[in-house]
Amino acid sequence: MRPIGFLLLLAGWFLVLAALEMLNAATSRAIFVLAGMAIEILGLMLVFRANLIQTEVED
Amino acid sequence: MQQSPVWSEISAALCVFSILLVPLAVAGLALTNNGLGKTRSAAHAMLASMCVVAVAALVYIAIGFSWEGFAGRSTHVAIIGGKPWDWIAAQPLFLRGQELSNSPASLAVLLQMFAVGIAAMIPLSAAADRWRFGAICASSAVMSGWTYPLFAHWVWGGGWLSQVGVIYGLGRGFLDTGGAGTIHGVGGLTALAVVWIIGPRTGKYSEDGMPVGIPGHNLVHVVFGCILAWAGWLGLNSAGAMLFGGIPPTALVLVGINTTLCAAGSSLVAVIVTKIRFGRPDASISANGWIGGLVASSAATAMISPAVAIIIGLVTGGLVALSVEWLEMYLRVDDPGGAVSSHAVAGLWGLLAAGMFAGIRTAGAPGQWLAQLVGIATLVGFVLPMTYSLNWVLNRLIHYRVESDGERQGMDLYELGAGAYPEFMVHSDDFIQR
Repeated sequence: MRPIGFLLLLAGWFLVLAALEMLNAATSRAIFVLAGMAIEILGLMLVFRANLIQTEVED
Repeated sequence: MQQSPVWSEISAALCVFSILLVPLAVAGLALTNNGLGKTRSAAHAMLASMCVVAVAALVYIAIGFSWEGFAGRSTHVAIIGGKPWDWIAAQPLFLRGQELSNSPASLAVLLQMFAVGIAAMIPLSAAADRWRFGAICASSAVMSGWTYPLFAHWVWGGGWLSQVGVIYGLGRGFLDTGGAGTIHGVGGLTALAVVWIIGPRTGKYSEDGMPVGIPGHNLVHVVFGCILAWAGWLGLNSAGAMLFGGIPPTALVLVGINTTLCAAGSSLVAVIVTKIRFGRPDASISANGWIGGLVASSAATAMISPAVAIIIGLVTGGLVALSVEWLEMYLRVDDPGGAVSSHAVAGLWGLLAAGMFAGIRTAGAPGQWLAQLVGIATLVGFVLPMTYSLNWVLNRLIHYRVESDGERQGMDLYELGAGAYPEFMVHSDDFIQR
């Protein structure tokens, strides 16, 4: 779960970079940057969840 | 010898004075971290703080500045889609060829040498009472030699984040004059990564998963540390605004006012939130609120009005107080110093707020908020995985967590062989009601 979370973080960042590079219209660029950040939030939630499960198992 | 434009003597003197206040922020954070830890790890915490600052300064001057550089100096640029992406500086090691006078570049070297120490100290408070001394130094070396200089180049060294304004028309480019993201975002996210790797302190969570309160051992240190940090932050924000925001010395009054208002608003809201949540104000969370306010003010303190600084501070106080509780209770992040909340959360909010409000005083900068979002996305989407990976590898090479005996005895006895308070003894009759 944790590696997938980190991959999602990176994927979200690449989407943000791609939006900067490939889109010129302000609205579509903003939408894609926000979409990239939403993917990062998903990744962050997965990593937090993985940490939660790990500490519960260790206890 | 690389020549740079030289500032007037007044500007350079004011900048040097501001920079020389920054070690007070280091001292303040060290004292706050120390107070929030256990008695039996107090000497370890202070010695580790001193060594972290020493390692950070040495490594940064040896190799860090080579990656970070300064705007206008030689860099490695990748051409992607016909546009230049400035990824990393290409300066000689050990400051060779660097003109050390009153040029902005040499003043930036001095400021960064202190700033990297602040960034490297942040994870120390999050992993207090269980992080081995050698591992602390190694992790600090990695941060000051690679993680911090890389991101600082992107923001302050003329890198691609600072140029998204020119190349993609996003406002003035990513705005972070005092290091809300560059110092505190990087430090706070590294703190989160280290806490994930090292795990919670033994006994922190009961069998039913509820966190056990382990109060800081000296709240006087904590609060006095906050006051020292305030003086240091006035210097940090002033020097950063002059060096990286192009602010004239006449605007430093506004920097001082906004920095103070932001911290004041934040700490008072933290007092009120903890009073509502727990029935009484919580000194340690309120101190975190003060630090969080200072951190949030750093993003664009010279480019916002005092009223906006108060608003940013009020939101920061609520965010810090609630996130300390959330991280500890629901996400099992055992962060005794509140570093993730007061540095990472407050820093990211400060960056976002700069995008929302800084344009008001800078005659409007369309797309500034998007530039700030790109910077925040880079911190969370790139810096966090990178710093986690680096610390994960280091943990495999040199085990981060102290043995269970060390945690039981305390880091002072286990790693240093002597306690911080050798004459301090608790007598059982102290607890008998008279």
